[in-house]
Amino acid sequence: MKLKGWRELTPGAVILEAGNSAEFKTGSWRAFKPVWIKENCIQCLFCWLYCPDMAIKVKDGKREEFDYDYCKGCGICALECPGKKGQKAIVMVEEGR
Amino acid sequence: MARIVAATGNEAVAEALRQINPDVCAAYPITPQTDMMQRFASFVSNGKVDTELILVESEHSAMSACIGASAGGGRVATATSSQGLALMWEMLFIASGTRLPIIMPVVNRALSAPLNIHGDHSDAMGARDSGWIQLWSENGQEAYDNTIQAFRIAEHMDIRLPVMICLDGFIISHSIERVEYIEDNDVKNFVGEYKPLYPLLDIHNPKSFGPLILPDLYHEYKRAQHEVMTKVKDVVLHVAQEFEKISGRKYGLFETYRLEDAEIGLVILNSAAGTSKDVVDEFRERGIKAGLLKPRLFRPFPYEEVGDALKHLKALCVLDRADSFGAYGPVFAEVSSALYQMRERPQMINKIYGLGGRDFLPQHAEQVLSELVEIAKTDKVQIVKEYIGVRE
Amino acid sequence: MAVTLKLKELSKKEDLFTHGHRMCAGCGAPIVVKMVLIASEHPIIACSSTGCLEVSSCISLYTSWKIPWIHSAFENAAATIAGVETMYRALRKKGKINEEIKFVTFCGDGGTYDIGIQSLSGAMERGHDMLYICYDNGAYMNTGIQRSSATPLGADTTTCPAGSSIPGKTQERKNLTRIMAAHDIPYAAQASISNWLDLMKKVRKALSIKGPKFMNILAPCNRGWRSRTDDAIMLSRLAVNTCFWPLYEVEDGVTKITFKPKEKKPVADFLKPQGRFKHLFSPENEWLLKQSQEGVDKEWERLQRESSQQG
Repeated sequence: MKLKGWRELTPGAVILEAGNSAEFKTGSWRAFKPVWIKENCIQCLFCWLYCPDMAIKVKDGKREEFDYDYCKGCGICALECPGKKGQKAIVMVEEGR
Repeated sequence: MARIVAATGNEAVAEALRQINPDVCAAYPITPQTDMMQRFASFVSNGKVDTELILVESEHSAMSACIGASAGGGRVATATSSQGLALMWEMLFIASGTRLPIIMPVVNRALSAPLNIHGDHSDAMGARDSGWIQLWSENGQEAYDNTIQAFRIAEHMDIRLPVMICLDGFIISHSIERVEYIEDNDVKNFVGEYKPLYPLLDIHNPKSFGPLILPDLYHEYKRAQHEVMTKVKDVVLHVAQEFEKISGRKYGLFETYRLEDAEIGLVILNSAAGTSKDVVDEFRERGIKAGLLKPRLFRPFPYEEVGDALKHLKALCVLDRADSFGAYGPVFAEVSSALYQMRERPQMINKIYGLGGRDFLPQHAEQVLSELVEIAKTDKVQIVKEYIGVRE
Repeated sequence: MAVTLKLKELSKKEDLFTHGHRMCAGCGAPIVVKMVLIASEHPIIACSSTGCLEVSSCISLYTSWKIPWIHSAFENAAATIAGVETMYRALRKKGKINEEIKFVTFCGDGGTYDIGIQSLSGAMERGHDMLYICYDNGAYMNTGIQRSSATPLGADTTTCPAGSSIPGKTQERKNLTRIMAAHDIPYAAQASISNWLDLMKKVRKALSIKGPKFMNILAPCNRGWRSRTDDAIMLSRLAVNTCFWPLYEVEDGVTKITFKPKEKKPVADFLKPQGRFKHLFSPENEWLLKQSQEGVDKEWERLQRESSQQG
């Protein structure tokens, strides 16, 4: 975001564009990234619920891919994933491999 | 029809607030402001105003609630003194930094320690860097008039800054004087309908107040705030012009009294200026060309205009009803800065008077003016800053 | 807007707190905010005190809040939102606003238990129609993990480090939920992100009640707790199952435990995965670990007593 001169700033530092933090992509923070193994997914949506960064896309009540623009690689989704028959639907993989 | 009444300063300001009928007020008791908001509270309880009154548990919460309410998007006021103003100190900067047009009568009282409940200017002077506009009032009439004008000044779309109206604790807040009230409708129309700038309560346009700003932007936000302050002077004058139409009373950035051809002069704020004017008259009768300047708009300080008004004097005394320990009094510091820019300027001295409600009597003004006569003659200043009216 | 509390349905709601915020990977606070906003069926205006959530969600020219939100200072979120709520009532009375809006705060334990307790108590006493939510991570995390009155007994923080003379925090946690219940407000509760349905039901119940409400929600901080980035939910679950963080509500003065662990685990199970309690597991600190268990037991027994007496 280009830095503004004093004349361009909103009085009182009020931010008028709600939710514009979406312009700041935190995906670069990751050291590990979650990988979705669709076959093991029971669509419980716990991953969507617990993700602190709203980094799991959902559509019509079903989870889709990870939003890697924002995922910080915390691993909560992988740990909480119940999986199917003892097989996790999310595994953490080291970033950049 | 204007009503002429006998009223205390607190009554008069409470009446102004009644006529303006703010959306939300916060109140916390502190002597000598207490009975102002008590009167206002009785207006609330008797349905004379629609104001929602929040009886907060501290002055810090009073200003916090005012900030929340003003950000919400409506007209807001509170009032305080001394320790209360000191307690809400951090919030004053937040109110001005967030550009919220909150109005606050400050009934000037000394700051502890030692504890003192009487009138002096240390409280509001301590807040002079807070980014609030400051209007100072000599008497109940001025306090009433300043309160009404304050709303127009604060809410002006080029300004949007909080305003404090200062009046001397006990001396003015509790003394009964002749006050002329403007007709209810005239006040209502003068102040007009409140126009919110960024109302938080507008849920269809959600916004965020109070971000964390880092070194890359904070400097610019403050530069912007400084810019707004430079516009206040003109707005104050314009509002005063409009106010004259409904009141018949003239206001400016300051009041000058027999100053134009004066050779010696006083700069003094609030009620003691009233006392001093009588003494100026006495000196004039004796053939001494004395004059006086009473600041009204203290923040932003009108350096050019004040410098211009005083530069021709031979000797000037700035009287401060507050001290800045280890420095000259606050008004002296501003006036000398103003005069520094002038090619010709008077010899200047600073007297600290009336702290903690100590009376300022005509003899004190006489004492000072006599000293100025000497200084004008010799063109020499022996001692710059002194306390007067103090027992040795 | 009545969406049933089923994840499939709730997932269709728009994110009112969005990504791009600067909270640490695995932070419990955004999970609290998210769950509360998902549960709500009314428009919300929120206020946060200075703290991790506040600085990370609204920084520079960015904001993660898609609802109206205000931050003013550290100790006064309750007073600030009380001001907004009062303006709402004033303008509603005058017909200038017609919508039904709910007022919620999201404040850390620092700004709630300690410096914020005065304004919180004042706002609760005056009866403002608001829900005060404390996300309790047990220390002043934003300034680097300093002790607050919410810090658990024995915890290591930067201002009460576990040293050779003093083994971390020597005082018990302040029981703020109980203090809030003692204000005789219509609703006070404790919840956990591990029990999302219980949390959301409580939020809905609270928002349906008129008057001042308080909810204390445990929010693990993997930095301050010296735990892993992935264990926020797991640790919350342990906190609940060890009864360190009992889930209960006090509605109109009646206490009700809303979740009884099938098997009450020893508090050591909750403490062990956290580096800030590592020193409690050495022999010389056994007494402190014991004291910690006693404290948990005492409070659990008290809750069970009250819950059964009043239930």
